Amino acid sequence: MPAATNHRNIVGVNAETVTNVSSTDFPGHWPGEDHSWNIKHFRRTFRVKFYRNTPLLSQFDLIHTDAAIANTLRRIMIAEVPTLAIESVYVSNNTSIIQDEVLAHRLGLVPLRGDKDALKGLSWYLRGEDSAPREPTDEDTIVLHLKKTCERNPDAKKTDTDPDKLYINHNVYASDIVFEPAGRQIKSFAHDPIRAANPDILIAKLRPGQEIDLTMHCIKGIGQDHAKFSPVATASYRLLPDIRIKKPIRGKAAERFAACFPKGVIAVREGEDGEKEAVVDNVRNDTVSREVLRHNEFKGIVELGRVRDHFIFSVESTGQFDADEIFLSAVGTLKAKTINLKRDIYKMLRKQALDAKRAREAENPDADEEDVMDTQ
Amino acid sequence: MSSTPGSQREAYQPPAAGSSGVGRSYAPAPAGTMFYLCAECGVKVGINKGEPIRCKECGHRILYKQRTTRMVQFEAR
Repeated sequence: MPAATNHRNIVGVNAETVTNVSSTDFPGHWPGEDHSWNIKHFRRTFRVKFYRNTPLLSQFDLIHTDAAIANTLRRIMIAEVPTLAIESVYVSNNTSIIQDEVLAHRLGLVPLRGDKDALKGLSWYLRGEDSAPREPTDEDTIVLHLKKTCERNPDAKKTDTDPDKLYINHNVYASDIVFEPAGRQIKSFAHDPIRAANPDILIAKLRPGQEIDLTMHCIKGIGQDHAKFSPVATASYRLLPDIRIKKPIRGKAAERFAACFPKGVIAVREGEDGEKEAVVDNVRNDTVSREVLRHNEFKGIVELGRVRDHFIFSVESTGQFDADEIFLSAVGTLKAKTINLKRDIYKMLRKQALDAKRAREAENPDADEEDVMDTQ
Repeated sequence: MSSTPGSQREAYQPPAAGSSGVGRSYAPAPAGTMFYLCAECGVKVGINKGEPIRCKECGHRILYKQRTTRMVQFEAR
């Protein structure tokens, strides 16, 4: 790809330094070149390539975009995509060994899943003042129940030691959480009720006579507020590595060279003269450990780097949304935020113009005014 | 926790009204009875006003108060 050979695009990775880190494609830096923002140019050069797209994990490349955009999308995915999670736990009985607050904390971290459209339609529960808390409604709150009592197993033999045989209901799993739809939720969640995204999460262990009986209220929130509201296990990106072999590496040295990189990065191929030669094969597999820079044999022969505008994203969902959905949601959120910012800026400019106009009228009441929207 | 009540008796005792045994599942007649948990055998003992503080089964004199049935709210944070 032409971009890889463009030196401006490569961040240099040396033994102890990193060079050429910042992008220079902005207006005024290169004489004679026009790097002003051009939507047509962006449309022509920007690319998205998918490498893996399962509901829980999505790996894709964003090529020819800026680091600011990639990072913003990553941050929004982690912190600002709205997600449903357990917020209030009302304990009627908890005689287990897990303290109430610890149990509530664990329940908050259980990822939930349910009908996607119904979840999108869920409103935000606005917390009122402490003296006047707002009543939760079926539009903004999901009610879940968890009730489990542990008993001794009467059929267990005297010599058994396995808790599975000795006790009944001694493990409380996320699958034991029961959804109680209210009002319009009965219909909207009919096909895909609210449940734990992973039913095998062990919440608590009980012994005979112990009981857990509680009710939970779930609301929408964002990761910025609490990590339980983050829809991603994590969302991260790395830059595409760049390996440049300046002089050909032949024979045994080629095999040693290939051993300095993870499997698949360097291929040792037979050249025309029958001798083995080291060739860059799959650069994506490289972890840029800079191992090759430790060997004097290869000093000056290889240059390591990263392509500055090629982002390899990896988005892992916790199960409430699909990984690619989360990314698209992040793009939508970014768009909404910029629209809000633009609107607020215009408001501010209009207010400035209005104030200026009023000031002028106060001084000179009978002057003829031009258009108020004209701002200097 | 020890085995079910009634199975650890060594001497035979004729069942008496109000004594701990299989018949303990009925509700206590006086409605003001507070139930406490014995520290040793973990059995629920009903103590009325003026009664000596003793476990009905093992005679241990330390009783724990049961967890309240009032609903308590927690933030899952």
